[in-house]
Amino acid sequence: MHLLVCGGTGCSASQSAKIVENLQLELKRQGQEDVQVILTGCFGFCEKGPIVKVMPDNTFYTEVKPEDAGEIVAEHVIKGRKVTRLLYTDPENKEHISDSKHMGFYKKQLRIALRNCGFIDPENIDEYVANDGYAAVAKVLTEMSAEQVIEEIKLSGLRGRGGGGFPTGLKWEIASKNHADQKYVVCNADEGDPGAFMDRSILEGDPHSVIEAMTINGFAIGATKGLIYIRAEYPLAIHRLQIAIGQAREYGLLGKNIFGSGFDFDIELRYGAGAFVCGEETALIHSMEGLRGEPTFKPPFPAQSGYLGKPTNVNNVETYANIPIIILKGANWFNKIGTEKSKGTKVFALAGQINNVGLIEVPMGITLREVIYEIGGGIKNGRAFKAVQTGGPSGGCLTEKHLDTPIDYDNLIAAGSMMGSGGMVVMDDTSCMVSIAKFYLEFTVEESCGKCTPCRVGNKRLHEILEKITKGNGTMEDLDALRNLAAVIKDTALCGLGQTSPNPVLSTLDNFGDEYLEHVKDKKCRAGVCKSLMKYVIDPEACVGCTACARNCPVNAIAGEKKMPHVINTELCIKCGACIERCKFNAISIK
Amino acid sequence: MMEYVNIIIDDKKIQAEKGQTILKAARAVGIEIPTLCYYELNGQKLENRPGGCRVCVVEVAGRKNLAPACATEVMEGMEIKTHSLRVVNARRTVVELLLSDHPASCLICSKSGNCELQSLAHKLGIRDIPFRGEQSMYKKDDSPAIIREMNKCIMCRRCETVCNKLQTVGALSAVNRGFMAVVAPAFEQDLVQSPCVMCGQCVQACPVGALSEVNQTRQVIHAINNPNKTVVVQTAPAVRVALGEEFGFEPGTIVTGKMAAALRRIGFDYVFDTDFAADLTIMEEGTELLGRISKFMAGDKSVRLPILTSCCPGWVNFFETNYPDMLDVPSTAKSPQQMFGAVAKNYWAEKIGIKREDMIVVSVMPCVAKKFECQRDEFKENGNPDVDYSITTRELAELIKQFNIDFNSLPEEDFDNPLGASTGAAVIFGATGGVIEAATRTAYEIFTGKSLEKVDFTALRGLEGVRSAEVDFNGTPIKIGIAHGLGNARKLLDMVRNGEANFHAIEVMACPGGCVGGAGQPFHHGDFSKVEKRFEAIYREDAGKPIRKSHENPYIKQLYEEFLGKPCGEKSHHLLHTHYFDKSKQIEVEG
Repeated sequence: MHLLVCGGTGCSASQSAKIVENLQLELKRQGQEDVQVILTGCFGFCEKGPIVKVMPDNTFYTEVKPEDAGEIVAEHVIKGRKVTRLLYTDPENKEHISDSKHMGFYKKQLRIALRNCGFIDPENIDEYVANDGYAAVAKVLTEMSAEQVIEEIKLSGLRGRGGGGFPTGLKWEIASKNHADQKYVVCNADEGDPGAFMDRSILEGDPHSVIEAMTINGFAIGATKGLIYIRAEYPLAIHRLQIAIGQAREYGLLGKNIFGSGFDFDIELRYGAGAFVCGEETALIHSMEGLRGEPTFKPPFPAQSGYLGKPTNVNNVETYANIPIIILKGANWFNKIGTEKSKGTKVFALAGQINNVGLIEVPMGITLREVIYEIGGGIKNGRAFKAVQTGGPSGGCLTEKHLDTPIDYDNLIAAGSMMGSGGMVVMDDTSCMVSIAKFYLEFTVEESCGKCTPCRVGNKRLHEILEKITKGNGTMEDLDALRNLAAVIKDTALCGLGQTSPNPVLSTLDNFGDEYLEHVKDKKCRAGVCKSLMKYVIDPEACVGCTACARNCPVNAIAGEKKMPHVINTELCIKCGACIERCKFNAISIK
Repeated sequence: MMEYVNIIIDDKKIQAEKGQTILKAARAVGIEIPTLCYYELNGQKLENRPGGCRVCVVEVAGRKNLAPACATEVMEGMEIKTHSLRVVNARRTVVELLLSDHPASCLICSKSGNCELQSLAHKLGIRDIPFRGEQSMYKKDDSPAIIREMNKCIMCRRCETVCNKLQTVGALSAVNRGFMAVVAPAFEQDLVQSPCVMCGQCVQACPVGALSEVNQTRQVIHAINNPNKTVVVQTAPAVRVALGEEFGFEPGTIVTGKMAAALRRIGFDYVFDTDFAADLTIMEEGTELLGRISKFMAGDKSVRLPILTSCCPGWVNFFETNYPDMLDVPSTAKSPQQMFGAVAKNYWAEKIGIKREDMIVVSVMPCVAKKFECQRDEFKENGNPDVDYSITTRELAELIKQFNIDFNSLPEEDFDNPLGASTGAAVIFGATGGVIEAATRTAYEIFTGKSLEKVDFTALRGLEGVRSAEVDFNGTPIKIGIAHGLGNARKLLDMVRNGEANFHAIEVMACPGGCVGGAGQPFHHGDFSKVEKRFEAIYREDAGKPIRKSHENPYIKQLYEEFLGKPCGEKSHHLLHTHYFDKSKQIEVEG
């Protein structure tokens, strides 16, 4: 028997390390020292974390606290009785579910990239090896030619998971055909979408899969050096990668003459300072070279002239996590999963107004409805679904009418959004779509490198127009200006960041145009988000003139005689809500 | 063999060189695509092509986005539209965006009339800026020679490229990101705290008024207007072949006589010539060179060779900052500007019976660094500088226009004597290789005791960045190195420092082409052929001079007889020689 404790960043923040410590203490105290406690990578079900899983009977405990350790050991480990209160409760029938595969959250998931996350100790190479780890690279180095590897990846139909969706095999092929004395393989771990943690979870939960895949990539294109560009804000992922690289070197899986094949390959880490634009591959390369992290036009593509001017293949973490299993199970296994043009699975960070927040991996072709209502468990507090944002700051907001669209690269683009790296934020009717667009624009404005005019100035102006609209000062001309400016930015910006930055604006304009009109024409925000458009009003019928509101107003905006109905001066009112809180007669409302 | 591709550009079927950009292919057939950030110094291997401004975007059939013409290579069958509706709208919007973050202070901007953004806005017919919003604000940076007003910066990066690639000075780079991105010294410090050498090539390259020289025309007018001051003006050799451009003359037109006439009409009391001091420099530097060579040949180990010219203030700043270990190598001779100042205030003032404090010396220079040079403490006596104000060729043109002088119809006048008399050897100081040729003419005759039959040392002439030649001094080969542009100077100096090259003498000019390409010259906007024409004119002026060897200048002889004694004698040593400082520490940043 052994106990798996989630060591993802979310559960770690909820004291999962303390849970491990307490479990170990209790096991010792209760004489169960042969039972192992393993800190694993992310289980994905962050909503219900911290998570402890008891193996081999697959019991899935949720929302475990450090003080639960004693009971788990005494009841489950010793007596074999499940701790019912820590089991997941099905929201529908209120029944306890102990095996995760019967939970709504996991039922429709298919874990390929995340196959080892939550199952193995990421700091122990032996566990990775025991789960077929490094078998793929062994196969590649001893049985396959570089061309065969590239052919296999091409046949698998794998496309880049960083957002662009460029066919991975083709990318490798181009890099392999450019000859040079030195080539490089680069793993893009500069995950930067707000709220996204797909790549971080893979690196924290299964670092060896990325190391193995990069080695395969190196062999395929003829590169002997690998670099992982990872943001310094991911200390746990960096720590585990460092351990993993050290262990792989110790085992001879990195270094000279791997598996006696004569192939040399090693990996170094490069730290990013947390600029979103450095996820763009040319900017990433410049940052690694010690230059300012800003993109340059393509061509030349990195495959022709990349790091230090040498042919370089850049792939994202999740893309790499798929490689070993494709080699082992074969391209024909992988390409049966998914849709015609998008094969395999995609990891999403499911967030927002949804019951089951967490990290999910689903087969391509699954609908947004299945993700939101079955895996996600529907909208929080039974409110109405309004929109789902995919693709982060480069993506867009989709609406009710897109719920049955099968998720793949091309469908999402056709719907006005994009796959992106896997952010998925669900919104209910309390979200103001103009404000949402403004939020993403704010992010782009902050993260623009400033190199090209449309992104540096254009996005700033877009943001200012949105600000004007949410303040209630928007005009119909502003709406036209938004559209023209957004279109020009898309058409003229230098890199992918700039070219996609107006997408949140355009998709909300397209799908929620009436909300923009309301803000501009009626000066109303139906979601009640835009403070400037709200008005606090006292109902003279309900007001008894108790003066509580007037006494508590910090700006003296409320006037009225004792025992007479009070009035709010909307000019002075700062909409802080203090009056509503104090009113015992429900006389104050927001209009 | 040149390979060609067939393209269609604006419905014209043409053949374009393979590998050429759309911009160059279009220009070759007379289609002008506007550019802004793009900057090329043809012949000097310098290209600034960040692809950042997005003004040159064009429509390429089959491409999703508009393509930057400066950075997109032509391909077989490419169909390009340079002025389609989509392009014109995008281009106009991009320029409107630039203008929306640009102070509308054209009335008093140093670049007004010469501003590339201004003429672009005019060309595109922009009469209104539809975007209102925040302006990026930076503190103004006043240095002794260059003013940075980064509120006007449009992030074209020309200055950055010139500073780093052409000059290898490394004072400027892009800092901050997004809307606040700007080109600045490290940590946004002031120029004086950076490795800036004040060469001013950034000012010459700046398309707008973000970088300008310190304008001293106002002070000059005040000085002339002061009845208690005797105002003496000196004009550098390169000014006379460029000043005409400001009045509609072809580049390379020699306007020496008109210039002297104009200066007299402005009201200067004495119109003298820096060329006189250039002849004096040759006497001092040539004597120093011969002295060092003789001692070296006699086996004196304390003597270091090569001797480096020290006329160029940008170059002096550069070696003080970058080669502090070689401070004993350059000639100790002051530059002609400073020799003139010293002679004017110590000899001429006495001769005409006024105190040095009552004399104002103004220099007209093709240079921005000269403004810095004349403010150096070692060129002052009790706080009174030998040269009070140094103005550029452009500032002189401004003065001439201010005084409503019809330059074109001015008569040809002579300089005043004695400090206005000069030889052809002095004139060629204005071109790269000229100082060393002038020195050779004199040194040869003194060293060999023979008279030169042919004074033209054509082996020393040319526009190659780094040149070397051997001159036969009657059986003794004298090895000479020449570099112009500080990047080339660095190459040459590194070779000397590493012992890879041996020279007796090296001439360095900081600006490409020498002073004819100086930062204070009329703006050439990247058209280096203008500089080449000035360069040719310098040698024409030399050829037309009756005396072409400095030591034959009768007034120089008189000066030594009456006042100085002998070259490199005690009085010369005191008045005409200087020393250098280690400036490498000054720019070190802590941490």
